[in-house]
Amino acid sequence: MAVGLSGFAFGVTSAGSGLTLPQTCALSLLVFTGASQFALVGALAAGGSPFTAAAGAFFLGVRNAFYGLRLSQLLALPRFLRPFAAQWVIDETAAVSLAQPTRRAGRIGFAVTGLTLYVLWNLTTLLGALGADAIGDTRAWGLDAAGPAVFLALLAPMVRSGTERAVAGLAVLLGLGLLPVLPAGVPVLAAALAAPLVLWARGRRERTKEEGR
Amino acid sequence: MSTWIAIGVTALGCYVVKLLGLLVPAGVLDRPLVKRLAALVPVALLAALTAQQTFADGRMPVLDARAAGLASAALALLLRAPFLVVVATAVVVTAGVRALGA
Repeated sequence: MAVGLSGFAFGVTSAGSGLTLPQTCALSLLVFTGASQFALVGALAAGGSPFTAAAGAFFLGVRNAFYGLRLSQLLALPRFLRPFAAQWVIDETAAVSLAQPTRRAGRIGFAVTGLTLYVLWNLTTLLGALGADAIGDTRAWGLDAAGPAVFLALLAPMVRSGTERAVAGLAVLLGLGLLPVLPAGVPVLAAALAAPLVLWARGRRERTKEEGR
Repeated sequence: MSTWIAIGVTALGCYVVKLLGLLVPAGVLDRPLVKRLAALVPVALLAALTAQQTFADGRMPVLDARAAGLASAALALLLRAPFLVVVATAVVVTAGVRALGA
């Protein structure tokens, strides 16, 4: 259900960002990881170069490698199957599969969730992109707020501790502050540096504390 | 054309990281620092993207109806509303504020 709505929102947002129908559908078929797709069309709409836009989308997709790592231990897929299974390694399939008690249940969970979401995501993307054309001015309908609202909803459960709040706060400052001075698409990449910066500052503080004891 | 380049590069990059996780032996990526960074980089990216797509038009900072929409989405998240409601709230409030001429 939630995936269906995001797929629709993505189709609308992508069309509103100036991508054609085949481009929008190609993204959902080939990229198939929501946050990266939203980031890419947002960066392109803001006038970013294709490579800076793709870099932002890529870094958002890196988390899937860590899902894959845990999934490969649970599912133990034969090597020849892995290139086919890889496209379905996303937030939702990882969450469902890793919650299963046995390897067999994990494999079934992964296949069923992967197939269902892949079909749903692509179908709703198509509907959203077609709908956007029928709707006309997406701004008048407030649909330009859908993208950032999706980001916020994805972000909220990730922010639990002070470290995460500090990273998010610093990233907002960097992302907005650097916007007028750096080329489009680059400020988001610079904002990603908030993660190592905060980790480094925390590590330093902890070391100082221990020395003080 | 440049849009297709961006799509191609993103599709390839995102597919390779997905496959990498399934192929590399456990332990290579399984280090505390790498795991911490992998968890925190999406936080930084999503926070920056949310802010930019709410408070900027292109490269210029602006305060418009989207700010009201996102504030109401944040409120919906605090009230533990489902994903669907959060996004719908942002869209409806933004449209409403625009319709009122703000």
